[in-house]
Amino acid sequence: MPNRPLPRFPEPDTEPFWEATKRGELAYQQCNRCNSLVFTPRAHCDTCGSPDLAWKVSKGEGVIYSVSVVVDRNGDYAVAYIDLDEGFRMFSTVVGVDEPMKNLQCGQRVRVEFEPQEESEYLIPVFRLV
Amino acid sequence: MPNQARTAAIVGIHEWPKRLDPDVSAMQIKAASISRALDDAGLTWKDVDGLYDANDGEGGGGLGMAAYLGIKPTVIDTTSVGGSSYEFLAAHSLADIAAGKCNVAVMAHGGKTATQKFATGNRFANSPQPPSWQSNMEVPFRNTTVSSYALVAARHMYQYGTRPEDFAEISATTRYHAMRNPEAVQAMTDLLFADIREITVDDVLNSRMIASPLHLLECCLISDGGGAVVIAAADVARNTKKKPVWVIGNGQATKYRENGGDVTVSAAAQSGPIAFGEALLRPDELDIAMIYDSFSITVACILEDLGFCKKGEFGDYVKGGRLRFDQKGGPALNTDGGALSSNHPGFRGLFLLMEATRQLRGESTSQVPGAKLAVAHGNGGLLGHTHAAGTIILAAD
Ligand SMILES: [Zn+2]
Repeated sequence: MPNRPLPRFPEPDTEPFWEATKRGELAYQQCNRCNSLVFTPRAHCDTCGSPDLAWKVSKGEGVIYSVSVVVDRNGDYAVAYIDLDEGFRMFSTVVGVDEPMKNLQCGQRVRVEFEPQEESEYLIPVFRLV
Repeated sequence: MPNQARTAAIVGIHEWPKRLDPDVSAMQIKAASISRALDDAGLTWKDVDGLYDANDGEGGGGLGMAAYLGIKPTVIDTTSVGGSSYEFLAAHSLADIAAGKCNVAVMAHGGKTATQKFATGNRFANSPQPPSWQSNMEVPFRNTTVSSYALVAARHMYQYGTRPEDFAEISATTRYHAMRNPEAVQAMTDLLFADIREITVDDVLNSRMIASPLHLLECCLISDGGGAVVIAAADVARNTKKKPVWVIGNGQATKYRENGGDVTVSAAAQSGPIAFGEALLRPDELDIAMIYDSFSITVACILEDLGFCKKGEFGDYVKGGRLRFDQKGGPALNTDGGALSSNHPGFRGLFLLMEATRQLRGESTSQVPGAKLAVAHGNGGLLGHTHAAGTIILAAD
């Protein structure tokens, strides 16, 4: 089972996002005043300043905006910006790809998957090519 | 307010010569550099009435620095925006001098990054204590400093058809200049570079991959070092030892990740037009471009964003060595060797101001004959992520 570095708490902006991962949900926020999407999570709308935000659940499908493969002695791994279809951009990774440096590119479709961790009840949202 | 007025000028500089210096503190580097930069100007410790600090070294910001130096300035400014801090501080000193709040401003940098073996490369970026709204959304994915920039480079390639050799030309150009700078050559020797010589585009592409598409020779080195800059009011500057180098334009900006944003556009797209507008100049009129070269992609984006070429076209622009000091058709880029091949103790923005000053005085080791106009552009934080941009336009009489 993977053992990634984990988010730490208390951290009030991001805690609801991570709680939602336990339910297999990729959560984002929308402003009730101006309808703007808010991501990454915070307690105010970064378009109009309103504190009145609603939590929504993403379908978890999107496209790779950019991707880099980090060369690491414990195995190369990808980092990526994912543009979710709802319109927010998330920093994550793409897993399950042979030779990621060759086979991962901007523009590829991906879907979220919630990866259990050895030492945490939070699930980490990672992406796979579809 | 258009400002080609000669309000304040860089009148003194000192660059710490060593890049590996285990026996000094960062504070000692800062204080000794201020003393030598004042000597360079023909000014004294007692003349200093403005202290501008980036909160680097062992510290305390402007407050701690005033106590360490033993001065009681009338202006203390502690602006810490990473590598662009000194472009912000220079702009603030200009405004304070114009407002009559001080006459002789000093700013210094000291860093011990090499001695402390502080890995700024594939270290995880943004993992502060305690956790933050940003770090908690990033740490599980093991983002690093290099991969933050690599994500911009990868998108640049996808969006504009940029080729790896386009980025590599920037590394080859800065090394061409570094090999003419004895302090940079000594730096590469002290920092145990394997093969110290001019490099080709192929050398860069054959160096090992760090985070795709960025190779080792596209990443800045990690050094000790520092320096100091003295900026003075016009009536002081007219009577100092060296030719004054006037600050004739400045702009500052920030940029950060946004939903739907374009990571290939940096904050320079905002700070550059403000600075060039104040200076009443176009980029193609400049002789010297000192651009923060933390990575090859940093220079690529900033050249485009400042308007030296169209967005996405830096590859054609830099082709054939156009930005080397002995070539025509463009400004000379990072003529001291830059962060890629000379030094990077932490906040490199100060060195951009220093080498631009050397060029406009005629003192560079890769001197452009008759250089009159320069831009120094600092980028702090992480390109493509949360970053700050400071653009300073400098002119010789
Ligand atoms: Zn709103």
